Amino acid sequence: MAVRTYLQAISDGLREEMRADERVFVMGEDVGAFGGAFKVTDGLLDEFGPERVRDTPIAEAGIVGTAVGAAIAGLRPVCEMQFADFVACGFDQLVNVAGKMHYRLGLAAPLTVRLPSGGGFSGGPFHSQNPEAWFMHAPGLKVVAPSTPQDAKGLLIAAIRDPNPVVFLEHKHLYRRVKGEVAEQSEPTPLTARVARAGSDLTVIAYGAMVHVALEATEDLDGASIEVLDLRSLVPLDEQAILASVAKTSKVVILDEANATCAAGAQVAALIAEHAFEDLDGPVRRLATPDVPIPFSPPLEDALLPNVARVKEACRELLAY
Amino acid sequence: MAIAAELSQLLSDEDRRGLLRHMLLMRAVEERGLSLYKQGKVPGSFYDGRGQEAVSVGATWALAAADPVCSPLIRDLGSHLVKGTDLADLFRHYMGRENPLSRGREGNVHFGDRRRGVVGMVSMLPDMMVVAVGLAMAFRMRGEERCALTFFGDGATSRGDWHEAMNWAGLDRLPVIFVLENNQLAYSTPTQRQFAVNPAERAAGYGIAAVTVDGNDVEAVFAATHAARERALAGEGPTLIEAVTMRMHGHGAHDDMRYVPTELVAAWAERDPIVRFAAAQEAHGLDVGALREEVDAAVEAAVAAALATPMPDPAHAAEGVFCVGEPEPLGNGLAPWSGFAPVEAGVA
Repeated sequence: MAVRTYLQAISDGLREEMRADERVFVMGEDVGAFGGAFKVTDGLLDEFGPERVRDTPIAEAGIVGTAVGAAIAGLRPVCEMQFADFVACGFDQLVNVAGKMHYRLGLAAPLTVRLPSGGGFSGGPFHSQNPEAWFMHAPGLKVVAPSTPQDAKGLLIAAIRDPNPVVFLEHKHLYRRVKGEVAEQSEPTPLTARVARAGSDLTVIAYGAMVHVALEATEDLDGASIEVLDLRSLVPLDEQAILASVAKTSKVVILDEANATCAAGAQVAALIAEHAFEDLDGPVRRLATPDVPIPFSPPLEDALLPNVARVKEACRELLAY
Repeated sequence: MAIAAELSQLLSDEDRRGLLRHMLLMRAVEERGLSLYKQGKVPGSFYDGRGQEAVSVGATWALAAADPVCSPLIRDLGSHLVKGTDLADLFRHYMGRENPLSRGREGNVHFGDRRRGVVGMVSMLPDMMVVAVGLAMAFRMRGEERCALTFFGDGATSRGDWHEAMNWAGLDRLPVIFVLENNQLAYSTPTQRQFAVNPAERAAGYGIAAVTVDGNDVEAVFAATHAARERALAGEGPTLIEAVTMRMHGHGAHDDMRYVPTELVAAWAERDPIVRFAAAQEAHGLDVGALREEVDAAVEAAVAAALATPMPDPAHAAEGVFCVGEPEPLGNGLAPWSGFAPVEAGVA
């Protein structure tokens, strides 16, 4: 075990998979000599050369579409979107070409699209988005969102080995802030939820950066025993783990950094309403970013994103219900 | 004259018979498909490539077994036929019956045959052009002597994916063949309302060689594609082939094409690719009547087999969204050109 940042863990996962499987290659804007906008691919060009660490034109549809071609030719491309926001330019290739290919044609498209996502650092409207729900709604795509270095590495390995297109959300705000023990030769992380902290009075359900907000907010909340469930995978969604936690605590706060409408948390709330109504001792509470583009100025951004204080407040209200 | 002399060496009598046979087959399948549609046996609408048979047949004839087509479009049934797709499966697919091509999940010419190296199209054009560039990129990375071929229409050249594919392929000089099927119309929109500069001229801006051929001349389309393939394999990069042709039916069976001047359609009818080529082959001693009979009999047998096939079981409608286990690879198609050694279709 070694202590690695979230970013280093992603980089390690890429390197290990590239060493283990010559079909694996990375491509994206500035991923080669520059090592990527966030340096996730730093050093890969020296080790693997320009055929397997490919700097591409600024062409997100080109990146995703050529990755589909390479994938059906038998390779395992890992695409980097410089920012998650830019995947909108490759949306059609991902949703209409990659996502529907196996169902329509019986042809698998094993590609991974890495999306540096999320806000909290004045990235503004085009460098802060959390677009996971766009892809949850599109059949044929798996969607994962790790919160810890171990899961960042393990889920990336799982994504690369998966025979389907996988959208991998890596939260930019966690890159260098989060450190943890990571196994050196890692196994793939299963696409299931993880109990980040066990508890019995209330469950906070979150994924990605919001797991850390949830843990901090509920570490010592008036002595209440609060469970934090880290979804890790949004498609497939670990319905069993969600329902088991609700059955145990009977009170749920669902936390999204994404815009609220039709977000991952909305899907979780619907699941609970449909299958766990009898288990509930209070209304399902959701916290998410309002349906507003993410503003640049710090006080404006802070006014919108869920934070520790808002999670505490929501939990207190629900505990008192 | 130089081209004609070279062609006579490239194509054998058997090739010419095969080219005609596949064009006749495409027309016969589509005519039969249209009649099945009118009988209510084909759901949705029906789309054909009447008048454009020389493009998909001629271009695909130049491909080796391991050269995928990504993708034949709705006017390119001939490409599927040359690669070896089973006729009965094709009619099963049209009619939404159980079949190995699409399992009823897709309709009209939106299908592929993974086993034969044919990737099915999507409706967003020209998305598959970008995917074909990715196939070529993979071939280059693995050092394989193969190329990918993609079809697109005049209308598709207006979209951003066209630019991204052209730029990407030109940049890395990838082994890909771009076949622009200029059939004068994108649904109802004529080329004059589609672009200010012809896409074949635009190719130079991407460092891509371009050639314009008579798209109703199957030998010319074959020759251009053969040359493009040679260039691709020699590392000389992509080629754009503009095949100039005319869509002789409406966009789909629901479209009476009232927006097209009848004189224009009549003028193009004089240049029908099958009539022209059949006359030349007949003069050369081929029994075209016998060939037509053989083709019609094959189509009728396929329709009968398809009509006897059940509809898909609705219990399986939600299956197969995700691949479980190892992916099935893209296979090899037929490569009937006499210049290639004979191969069996199927997964390499």
